[in-house]
Amino acid sequence: MAQLICQDLTLGYDGHEIVTGLNFEVNAGEYLCIVGENGSGKSTLMRTILGLQAPMHGKVLTGDGLQRNEIGYLPQQTLVQRDFPASVWEIVLSGCQGRQGLRPFYSKAEKQLARENIHKMGLDALARRCYRELSGGQQQRVLLARALCATRKILLLDEPVSGLDPRVTAEMYSLIDALNKQDGITVIMISHDLDAAIRYADHILHIGSKVFFGTKQAYLKSDAAHTFDREGEAQ
Amino acid sequence: MTALFDKLSMYFGYPFVRYALIVGVLIALCSSLLGITLVLKRFSFIGDGLSHVAFGAMAVASVLRLTNDMPLMLAITILSAILLLRTGQRAKIKGDAAVAMISVGALAIGYMLMNLFARSSNVSGDVCSTLFGSTSILTLAKTDVWICAVLSVLVLLIFVLFYNKIFSVTFDEAFAQATGTKAAAYNLLIAVVIAVIIVLAMNLVGSLLISALVIFPALSAMRLFKSFRSVTVFAAVYSVLTSALGILASILIDTPVGSTIVTVDILAFVICWIIGAVRGGVRKG
Repeated sequence: MAQLICQDLTLGYDGHEIVTGLNFEVNAGEYLCIVGENGSGKSTLMRTILGLQAPMHGKVLTGDGLQRNEIGYLPQQTLVQRDFPASVWEIVLSGCQGRQGLRPFYSKAEKQLARENIHKMGLDALARRCYRELSGGQQQRVLLARALCATRKILLLDEPVSGLDPRVTAEMYSLIDALNKQDGITVIMISHDLDAAIRYADHILHIGSKVFFGTKQAYLKSDAAHTFDREGEAQ
Repeated sequence: MTALFDKLSMYFGYPFVRYALIVGVLIALCSSLLGITLVLKRFSFIGDGLSHVAFGAMAVASVLRLTNDMPLMLAITILSAILLLRTGQRAKIKGDAAVAMISVGALAIGYMLMNLFARSSNVSGDVCSTLFGSTSILTLAKTDVWICAVLSVLVLLIFVLFYNKIFSVTFDEAFAQATGTKAAAYNLLIAVVIAVIIVLAMNLVGSLLISALVIFPALSAMRLFKSFRSVTVFAAVYSVLTSALGILASILIDTPVGSTIVTVDILAFVICWIIGAVRGGVRKG
């Protein structure tokens, strides 16, 4: 059974439909890239999958032992975070918050999990540093470590490389790739960058005037790939 | 100098003055803790708006000739807090204007009611003390002192127990909600607690100066500290010291409590700002 199933989804705001009749499934260990033009509903889809917004029609189901609160999420940065006084440690640890319920403080196991994820993201030396003083790439790794505290199964990434320089972008992509290939974590990523999507993902969901869902190989042969602006290098 | 100490010990001879000092410090402490969340969530203006709503509620209570105005003020302010936090999140700019409208409206209607249904001959004196706080700490009523003490201990307890959740919801509401934290419920809790603090603080510094108790400790702490925990601890210590100093000074030099505390807050903020600027400059250079 698939980890995540979207059935006949209609997405939109205030009675205004953006995407209709969306159907797709994601199985454990897959790497799905969601591509499409600005305003095509990529972020709305992600908010719907996360349960932050109700779909106008259709359903988002989880299966294969995945609970709705076990979805790790790497959001785009918000205005609030830009001058927020918080240490790397505090932020990563807050990834454990979701499963706490009403328990007020973090357990030893949760602190250990936070330490492991800080180590995994190569942030040991920065653990006591202030988040707002870090570089863009370091900040993304902090948020990724936090997301890993919330899940061991599936990660949703909303444009994880926006605003990063090419070298850091490549590092970020290979980090995400390692999480997918080595740790077997399912990855769902929104991306502007079709080249990277084709390089790393095994499935593509293209939303916009034409909707496509399928494997990368099928996508490259489809019409949808050609309608997408690829800076003149559409094959 | 000895005259000052004589005066202080004379005042502290009254148990009531000691209680007032304790309650004042507790209220300032509560305001500073929740102030951090308000400042970081860009909701400082809501605190300001709510304090004006509390003023309006107090006027209504006095028109109705209630013996104790606290329950009505609490009810109206909590309700407004919930409504304002909701609109503030949906549409940022509209929410902003709505708060300004509500706050100025409550202020105007409150003043009008107090004039129309004046209970004493000294309306402007009454208005002045609700806006700027009791002129002397001795005019606080004894029941108010006890209600304040109990409520502030409750607020402190809630803050400590929900500290980690408040952090998560303040830093990244979408992430918190997506990963299973009931963000809406905690926002509601924050709104209610803020309303309670504002009604409490009204007795101490008056409705116009409440924002100072909420904002100054957080802003000063953020000049100097860089983790949420250290900012919280420093803001708490800061507000305890400035409010105690302000209350003592107001007794010694016969100035109104509220404005004295705020003056001390401003001075302390300037000191923190200078220290922060110097340290930042040294590090950069």
